[in-house]
Formats: sequence, structure tokens, C-alpha cells
Amino acid sequence: MKITDIIALENIANDIRKGIIRAVYHAKSGHPGGSLSCADILAVLYFNIMNIDPKDPESKARDRFVLSKGHCSPAIYATLARRGFFAESDLDTFRKIDSPLQGHPDMNKVPGIDMTTGSLGQGLSVANGMALASKLDRAGCRVYCLMGDGELDEGEVWEACLTASKYNLDNLCVIVDNNNLQIDGTIEEVAGMKHIYDKFHAFGFEVITINGNDVHDILNAFTLAKNIKGRPTVILAKTMKGKGVSFMENQVSWHGKAPNDEEYEQAMKELGGDRHEENRN
Amino acid sequence: MKKIATRQSYGEALVSLGKENDQVVVLDADLSGATKTNFFAKEFPKRFFNVGIAEQNLMATAAGLSTFGKIPYASTFAVFAAGRAYDQIRTSICYPNLNVKICATHAGITVGEDGATHQMLEDLSLMRTLPNMTVLSTSDDTQTRWAVKEIAKIQGPVYLRLCRLATPVIYDEGEKFEIGKAVQIGEGTDGTVIATGVTVAEAIQAKEELAKEGIQIRVLDMHTIKPIDREAIVKAAKETKKIVTVEDHNIIGGLGSAVCEVLAEEYPTKVTRMGIHDCFGKSGPAEALMKEFGIDQTAIKQQFEKA
Repeated sequence: MKITDIIALENIANDIRKGIIRAVYHAKSGHPGGSLSCADILAVLYFNIMNIDPKDPESKARDRFVLSKGHCSPAIYATLARRGFFAESDLDTFRKIDSPLQGHPDMNKVPGIDMTTGSLGQGLSVANGMALASKLDRAGCRVYCLMGDGELDEGEVWEACLTASKYNLDNLCVIVDNNNLQIDGTIEEVAGMKHIYDKFHAFGFEVITINGNDVHDILNAFTLAKNIKGRPTVILAKTMKGKGVSFMENQVSWHGKAPNDEEYEQAMKELGGDRHEENRN
Repeated sequence: MKKIATRQSYGEALVSLGKENDQVVVLDADLSGATKTNFFAKEFPKRFFNVGIAEQNLMATAAGLSTFGKIPYASTFAVFAAGRAYDQIRTSICYPNLNVKICATHAGITVGEDGATHQMLEDLSLMRTLPNMTVLSTSDDTQTRWAVKEIAKIQGPVYLRLCRLATPVIYDEGEKFEIGKAVQIGEGTDGTVIATGVTVAEAIQAKEELAKEGIQIRVLDMHTIKPIDREAIVKAAKETKKIVTVEDHNIIGGLGSAVCEVLAEEYPTKVTRMGIHDCFGKSGPAEALMKEFGIDQTAIKQQFEKA
């Protein structure tokens, strides 16, 4: 299944957003803000770009995805459920006891999760290891690693950038979900994080800046990245935290809390309720 | 007596393992000349990755390689492996139970002249508390060569503690070992020294000296810290008059603690823990430090001499 129609991909992104709200609402906790900001990116990756098969989630030849910002697990769970790796009703069990859908992704519990994550800054190193292994085996896999922009505070990220560049990992594509907010404020206020483009460029990456909430832009960027040889690519995706739910948009307070009943109704209404569900059936 | 540092045995055994198993890859963090992974790097340059002075990156990169069926051996000094990269080992290796072999050299005060910053005295404690982790601390060349190959057969994370100091070769080539099974040396009943790593040779020498005085002890070479050989510990407590543990490690959390945990639960016995008594090390020749910190053969011998 490879969806190329932009409207269809936008509808899928919308479904993913509903899945995120559904999971976090039922869990009564979780991280909606940064999950909503990356929904469009995940829709394009899992419904167009990546070589994956929900019926064969362990296939050696598949492309890999590392959600380095593991707290945005609702986004990947909603994506995998929408893609058919497991039932969408499972989203209601998120964070509950005995659910495979742990607060942060566990590769041994959920089909389609390629790496266990949660402690920020480690995913890019892991993705490098996967990309190196794929090259050793001539397996032809591409490796995608989604990081938060707040996560760039972690020193290990820049250690990993050296490695990606040293080994010319052109089968690696990093995406920075650049929503500009972290828990204590903007990324510049909190840690002095700025000039992200220049930083990656200086490390030897091909850098592509896009509107990370624009499906057309995202699709073009990933397609471009596949053709870049001899160096890794980073897609600097300018996004909006909380995108798609008006009262969550650009609000740092929605980094890590669940909507109440009223807010849930409002959010689902804004996302079009069950409209897309009906369209699909 | 032939002496060889376990890091040297490691480096040589890795090359041999690399020839037998093409899934083995090796990673280092700018210490390949000291950890001896440079032997492997020379033989198999495509399967060797130097990530620079970046231990966190070292561990998580190894984790990624293992998800493709590679068997990564990741090496640096023990203080940087177990200490600096603890969270990467915990979250990216042990929690997902990935098949990464962490082979950490330069453990303990026997590092010598580099001093406290480089003398890792907490690694056994930190590593054995991690679920899914197997922890080994080998005592000589023969045992280390065995361990390097044996741990490739285990599916899951392993921490292998190695040392800088050249120590006597204890075992003949071809000696049989088993992960989780201590090696009993001697049958004496006057006491047992439970030792690991560099202290095993010291314990054996103490045992020989004591025999001259008519005191018969035995030594348990506890090369596996986790899973620890509960049966051997209880047997020693039942059959001998005194239990002493000795390690080049803080007495908190390491071999001594592990032995006490077993005995407290299964066969309450008084235990004397020899090791570094909750302080940092310092610069000096390794042998002088072993004497000063009380983990050499003389100190061990004194534990059993009649007052």
C-alpha cells in the first residue's frame, strides 16, 4: 500500500491525530503536544515512504523507524494502528496495566516498533547502528529517526552526528520535529538552542527545511532524501506543537497532559469526529 | 610464572572469534590501543567502528547494530562504560534485552598510576543491578579467552570486566568453565576465599602460603557475578569454617554484597568482605595499591592466621 494522493494522506494524518487524542484521553496521561506536531510526518512515512508490511513486522529487509522522542508514543501507536499493525481499539489500553502500549515504546511488546526508546538523545546512535548494519549486510534498508528539537540539548545527539557523518550514512534520514517548545519554554529560552540548520550542516548532513505539517512538503523532502548519496540527511521540519487541536496549538502546557471529557469532545469535534472512520469503511 | 593482562587475552581472543563468526562486530571509543580491540580492527577493518570519545554513543550504536543480528562487542575503560554510559546500557541495551557484549577494561585500583578518576570500583554493583544483564569478571588469560567466545553464545546483554594489570595464568589451556559456575580450587575446610578477577591469583597464593602453616583453605573463583553460583556459596559456608570475599571493587554492591545476599537468604553465615572500603582509589603502582587497600595475598592470608 502506497498512498500518493495528498488529500488521502492528509486524511490519514487527521486519523492519526484522532488516535493520539483517543489514546491520551483514555490513559488520562501522556504527551499530546509533540505527538500532534509529528502526525503528518508519520502519515507520509508509514503510508508512502517506508518499505514496511504490517503482516511481516519483523522482515529483515524492512525500513526501520526509531522514535527517539519516545514520549510521543501516542503518535507512533496511532500510526501503527491506522496502518494495521494492531487494532485501533488497542489505543484505549495505552499506559494501562498489562497493555503492550507502554508509556514509552517497547520493541518487544508492540509489532512495528523497531526500537525501545524513552530516554532522550539515544535514538540517533541506535539508528546509526542500524544503518551501519544494513550497509554491512547490503540489506538496502533505510533508517528513519525522529527527534524532538528539545532533545537536541542532549550531548549524545551530537556524538551520533559525528558517527553518521564519519560513516557517510546516506541510508539514514533524521527528522527533527522543530515545534520550538520544550517543557520549560522555547528551545532558545531553555537551552540556548538556535541555528539548528547550521549545526547539522556543519556536521556534514544534507539539511532540508520544510513545513513539517504540510504533507506535500514532507513527501517531497523524503523523496529527495532517498536520492542523496554519500552523506546523511536531516529534515528540519518546522511544525506546530499541538497541531490540529486549537486549544493545544503552540501551548507548552499541553506537552504532557490529557484532555478532560469536555476537552476530548472539543478536540474530536475539531478533528472531524468519526467522519474519516466512516469514509474508510 | 607467566603473566598476562586480561585485556590482552580479550584482544587476542576477539580476533579468533571474528574468524569463526562473521556476525561479530567491534566498537571502541578511541581507546583501541589500550583495550586491545586494535587487533580486531587490523584484521577486520570493515567490522570495526571507532566512534571517538563518545561512550554514550558507543553503547547505543552497538544496540542498533544488534537489532540486525550483529553481535557487537563494545569496549572502553570500565569507568566510562558502566559509569558514563549507564543510562544507554540500561535503556537501550538491557531493557530491550539486546545482544550487546560490553567488554570493559581497566577496572579497579589495579589501573594504577592514572588514579581515582580512572579506577572503576562500582561497575559490578551498577551492572549486576540491571535486569537481563549477565556479569562476568575473569581471573586469567585462559578464562578470559573462554569467556570472550562463550558470551557470543548467550542471547542478551553481557558485561565482561577486564583488567590492565598483568596477572598470573592460573588455568591450563582447555580448562572447562561454565557461566554461573564458580571454580573451586582446593578442598581445605579451614576457610574459603571467594575472589574474582585480579584477586583470584592473590587468593591462590595466600592459600599456598597458609598451607605451609598447616591452615587449609579453598578458593572459589567467582568469574560470574550474575547469575551468581548460589550452590557453590552455600556449599562453602557449610563445609568451611570461615567465608572471606575479596575484590578489586568497592565492598558495597559487588562480589561481597552478592555473596552476603545469598547467605543471608539461604544459610546465614558471618562474612568478611575485603575490597575497597567505600573510598576512591589513588595513583601509584598497582601492586602497591593492592597492598595499601588490603586486597593482596598478605592481607588475605592474615584473615586466616590464628590470632
